[in-house]
Amino acid sequence: MEKNKTKIKRSGNAFLLMITIALFLVMYIVGMVVFQDKGFAKPQMFLNLFISNAGLIVIGCGMTLVMIIRGIDISVGSVTALVCMSSAYVMENKGINAYSALVISLLIGILFGIVQGYLIAYLKIQPFIVTLAGMFFGRGMTAVISTEMISIKNNLFLKWANYKIYLPFGSVNKKGVYQPAYIYPTVIAALLIVVFITVLLKYTKFGRKLYAIGGNEQSALMMGINVRKTKLMAYILEGLLAGLGGFLFCLNSSAGFVEQAKGMEMDAISAAVIGGTLLSGGVGTVIGTLFGVLIKGTITSLITTQGTLSSWWVRIVLSALLCFFIVLQSLIGASKKKKNALSLIR
Amino acid sequence: MKEIKITVKNITEHRLFMPFLCLAAVLLVNVLKTPDFFRISMNNGVLYGYLVDIVNRASELVILAIGMTLVTAASGGQDISVGAVMAVSAAVCCQILSGGKVSANTFENPFLLAVLMALAAALLCGAFNGFLVAKLHIQPMVATLILYTAGRGVAQLITKGQITYVRVENYKILGGYIGNCPVPTPVFFAVAAVLIVYLVLNKTALGLYIESVGVNGLASRLVGLNSTRIKFLTYVLCGGLAGFAGIVASSRIYSADANNIGLYLEMDAILAVALGGNILSGGRFSLFGSVIGAYTIQALTTTLYAMNVSADQLPVYKAVVVIIIVVLQSAVFKKHITELRMKKSVSIESGR
Repeated sequence: MEKNKTKIKRSGNAFLLMITIALFLVMYIVGMVVFQDKGFAKPQMFLNLFISNAGLIVIGCGMTLVMIIRGIDISVGSVTALVCMSSAYVMENKGINAYSALVISLLIGILFGIVQGYLIAYLKIQPFIVTLAGMFFGRGMTAVISTEMISIKNNLFLKWANYKIYLPFGSVNKKGVYQPAYIYPTVIAALLIVVFITVLLKYTKFGRKLYAIGGNEQSALMMGINVRKTKLMAYILEGLLAGLGGFLFCLNSSAGFVEQAKGMEMDAISAAVIGGTLLSGGVGTVIGTLFGVLIKGTITSLITTQGTLSSWWVRIVLSALLCFFIVLQSLIGASKKKKNALSLIR
Repeated sequence: MKEIKITVKNITEHRLFMPFLCLAAVLLVNVLKTPDFFRISMNNGVLYGYLVDIVNRASELVILAIGMTLVTAASGGQDISVGAVMAVSAAVCCQILSGGKVSANTFENPFLLAVLMALAAALLCGAFNGFLVAKLHIQPMVATLILYTAGRGVAQLITKGQITYVRVENYKILGGYIGNCPVPTPVFFAVAAVLIVYLVLNKTALGLYIESVGVNGLASRLVGLNSTRIKFLTYVLCGGLAGFAGIVASSRIYSADANNIGLYLEMDAILAVALGGNILSGGRFSLFGSVIGAYTIQALTTTLYAMNVSADQLPVYKAVVVIIIVVLQSAVFKKHITELRMKKSVSIESGR
């Protein structure tokens, strides 16, 4: 009977991940067929998904961590804005080098993680309320630093941002010239983070503690896990990733302004949910989240390539997908409960 | 002496004491900073002054706060889509009134039709949220997150990405003044909304049901309450009230601006509920507490504006206030305080 139960649970989760990957493939293949003449089939188009979403991938990884322990963080978008703005400010107005800007970004993230994590883990305030306040705080602080847009002209920073890494394959453009495909260092950083968090979740004590807490906090406590400390650590790590992701995002946009990365928290949450992370905690992988981000990127590039649809369609389609996956999760959860209840009766 | 002590204790332990204290504190700061804060004068036949401005500007927030209180009480979660729902209802209302044009100088369609359609759209949004929360048991804030982001997109879609203007004097009445009445119209709407909801909650058993579902949904179901339906109903009500607030807000600027109507108001509404002494995890609630909370927030906003804080920087202060309130409310913090007090009394006794 026990074996049967775990099988149901596993099949439900693998099912969600499979849907995600299938959805991505279908979307991308449809894009390749429909927009064949606009270069959708070129390898560079695929790599662009990673290039433009490197920051979001890192932030999504962090979001997955806290969602596994049944938390959530909706402050990441404003942390990103704050990181971009303060990086831009210290480099342009204070003449500080790019290394220090990176350190400052990480510190901002960690600070958000410590404060929010403490309030959530130790004072047991709902994560949503805490991070909602964090979101407004970050957005407001961005405006306190500057209400004007600051574009970054720091040499070292721009060198990082524009350093192309060429790959051993490519495509031929319309004039018949061979162009090698390329990526930026940000993509490598993002993929390294994905690998790192995957290893962390799968093969370390800390990772197993996170799943245990998400599955059932009470039993995790009884197993002797220091739930509060682990939760705090998770939020600090997530804050660090938000800071790093914000910096990668900044390398991509090379500017800081108040409205930046608006709604990014929603992108990160939907990427995690679409990637199979359960809102009820205990289940989730960063590989799924990576695919969630890729789906978001595909929707964006499909809509921009199409040309006549406005940018808010991205949000509407993404919200609809999020809704679909949330409902799907809840239905899978409900059927699981029913089966468990039936097995109890028998 | 003892009697006085008891009366003082009764007053300080009253549910509305803290909300009133907060309001008084904010107003006091104003009195110290601007001496003529309480002066109300007549300019061009309408009332004029800081207080009138606060009461007027707070109207939409009051309407939202009522809905938010009910949602919080019944489901123990908050609806963060109310600002977006305001934008949707404003977009529907203005788009119907202008007949699809960017700017209209006459009503292209009946006024009543536009208002009813806008309310219907808002109720639909509320029903969507309610369905996810009550029927599918999804955490309220996650469920409403969907509309929080999609809502403004939908509003853009309705207005075709433009700001729709309705430059008709009759439309400006809702957010302005009726005839020669010196009191701004939104104030009446706020008062009416509070009264109607209060009467509905107290003349029927609905208020009691909502509290009971919020305290323990399972237990209420066992005593025969349809807790799913009651939760659903509170979300529909909240959506409808948000829609109403959206119409008033759009009338204030006689246009539908999908990007800015109701921006950051969800935060203010949650803050109003918290300031009103309501527990954010559901259960017993005080409608009037939230109303006072809403006026306090508007007073705070007006004060900060008067101190030359820009609109973009306001969220910092509000976020700090929210954190302070939730920390003070948190069970762990309260327990800590009680323990400290007990230690103190123990040490006094043992010292004797």
